[in-house]
Amino acid sequence: MEKFIKLKSIPAHISLMNIDTDMIIPKQFLKTIKRTGLGKSLFYEMRYDESGKLIEKFILNNDPYSKSKILLAGKNFGCGSSREHAPWALLDFGIRCVISPSFADIFYNNCFNNGILPIIIDEKSIQELSEYSKRKEEIEVDLNEQVILYGNKKLTFDIEPAKKKRLLEGLDNIGLSLKKIPNIEKFENSMNKTKPWI
Amino acid sequence: MSKTLYDKIWDDHLVHEDNDGTALLYVDRHLVHEVTSPQAFEGLRIQGRQVRKPKLTLAVPDHNVPTTDRSKGISDKQSKIQVDTLRNNCKEFGINLFDVNDKRQGIVHIIGPEQGFTQPGTVIVCGDSHTATHGAFGSLAFGIGTSEVEHVLATQTLIQKKSKNFRVNVNGSLPAGVTSKDVILKIIGTIGTAGGTGYVIEFAGEVIRNLSVEQRMTICNMTIEAGARAGLIAPDDKTIEYFKDRPMSPKGENWTKAVDHWKKLFSDSDAKFDKEVNIDAKDIEPLVTWGTSPQDVSPITGEVPDPEKEKDKDRRTAMYRSLEYMGLKPKMKISDIKVDKIFIGSCTNGRIEDLRMAAKLLKGKKIASDVSAMVVPGSGLVKKQAEEEGIDKVFKNAGFEWREPGCSMCLGMNEDQLSSKERCASTSNRNFEGRQGRGGRTHLVSPGMAVAAAIKGYLADVREIN
Ligand code: SF4
Repeated sequence: MEKFIKLKSIPAHISLMNIDTDMIIPKQFLKTIKRTGLGKSLFYEMRYDESGKLIEKFILNNDPYSKSKILLAGKNFGCGSSREHAPWALLDFGIRCVISPSFADIFYNNCFNNGILPIIIDEKSIQELSEYSKRKEEIEVDLNEQVILYGNKKLTFDIEPAKKKRLLEGLDNIGLSLKKIPNIEKFENSMNKTKPWI
Repeated sequence: MSKTLYDKIWDDHLVHEDNDGTALLYVDRHLVHEVTSPQAFEGLRIQGRQVRKPKLTLAVPDHNVPTTDRSKGISDKQSKIQVDTLRNNCKEFGINLFDVNDKRQGIVHIIGPEQGFTQPGTVIVCGDSHTATHGAFGSLAFGIGTSEVEHVLATQTLIQKKSKNFRVNVNGSLPAGVTSKDVILKIIGTIGTAGGTGYVIEFAGEVIRNLSVEQRMTICNMTIEAGARAGLIAPDDKTIEYFKDRPMSPKGENWTKAVDHWKKLFSDSDAKFDKEVNIDAKDIEPLVTWGTSPQDVSPITGEVPDPEKEKDKDRRTAMYRSLEYMGLKPKMKISDIKVDKIFIGSCTNGRIEDLRMAAKLLKGKKIASDVSAMVVPGSGLVKKQAEEEGIDKVFKNAGFEWREPGCSMCLGMNEDQLSSKERCASTSNRNFEGRQGRGGRTHLVSPGMAVAAAIKGYLADVREIN
């Protein structure tokens, strides 16, 4: 997994609330057996019309937002299914940080397993950042310091220490958990006695 | 110290806990389907890792499978690749698979309980958000992403942070025509699609106790639509009865031991909940959704809401967008909404009791001439049971199509899709834009309400069908 330390980009703002995983990546693209190649289908139905042509007014279809690495989003972003294709599509498009007032639970977790930083900040702050998006000015996210820098201002954000560490170091969760095999074995042995039917 | 049911199951599965509360939780049961697993198996292969406990995993193809005649295989190339990939992965890693032509094949959340693979007090995960369904049996069950699927395969554990406790009490008794589907729609309409975020919800109260276990599954199934990590219902005698003699249920001495354990699975009377909501059953009517979020609910006797009356700006914008997508006008009567298709099925309402309920209302009647309707049983065994009871004939005689089991038009990954602007009364769980097909318009309803809509050709009140 790629490390996440600092990220600078002109953010793209999609303010709609309750953007669900079907909107992020519709089901016809879930038939892949790979993790890559989904970026061109990100937000498919908002991005392309029925004949497959780019819809001009959709923000990600326009420069410089087509190269945005930071997405500002409405609340409850990523609700719906557990499909990890949603973060895969964002990542493949080039987005490595999503900033929203709130996220759906599974999507939030899935981000961390793919080197994407989801940041929760209040609605008002998002509006402030949105001005930078409109003016096509860059903002910067510094994970180590837990700040978003814009103009000469800065905003701090919260993140669980363990999750922060994983992103900063690009750690593989499975590798870490496999180091706890002795604990797992101990657990299994006692379970075999107390709950033999499992 | 007094504990909630969630606390008890959590503590019982804690393998390790870091200082900051990040926990390694043991997973007793892992369900796998074709869409969210290929990349997980691929990850194992790349790293040269094994599946730690193949016996604790059960796999089935359901999302992509055709619901028409399967004797000639799957014609959609990509779907076929995914189903073939699942088969090969299961073979390579020694995992039990109910393949496409197995009688036991069906929707992953239906076959788990049906086989007794699902059990009370266990931790169950699957790369699918509606894993919440299994909470109806008092198991802590939730959906995970593909990286987590890989993690569970490799370690039989999952990294988790504990959620908060939320209890929803549904008191009183349900009025005529109101089912568990209406109960959960009412709950989502009340607390909102993000109302459960950060929580595990326990459903309690007289109404829940009086529901059959299958009806309880409908409630837990849609916990995810309320944003919660999982939904839980304490097991009781009905639950224990349900598991007796299922193929994978504990047997003999183990059965006795298991039942002893299951009987301890309830929230202590003085357990603390971080949040509690009470709902009075007499306030619940047969409901439908009018918008593109499961919280957009209205009684069938009501009207489409007027966004102008909504104070929250973002919500108002979302409502306008929904109404435009759905092709509806503010203040029009819900019962004036004409439907084109009817879908009965999915892990929400594709079980035998759902089909029985629908068939009972439908018997001797015909669907409206300009409506097309289909029933997709939740599993091969549900289908078989229904056929033994003659339920298939009731549906076919009324003009419904009777299909092979799978997810089907719940998400339209196979051929079963709505075309643009087609309107469907559906017993599934999500009315998102494009969910049942690009431009398709979904109204979520109970099986009884789906039958009422099929007969009238409009969204209709189940209480008026007799
Ligand atoms: S029936 Fe629908 S909700 Fe249930 S598992 Fe299948 S696609 Fe998901």
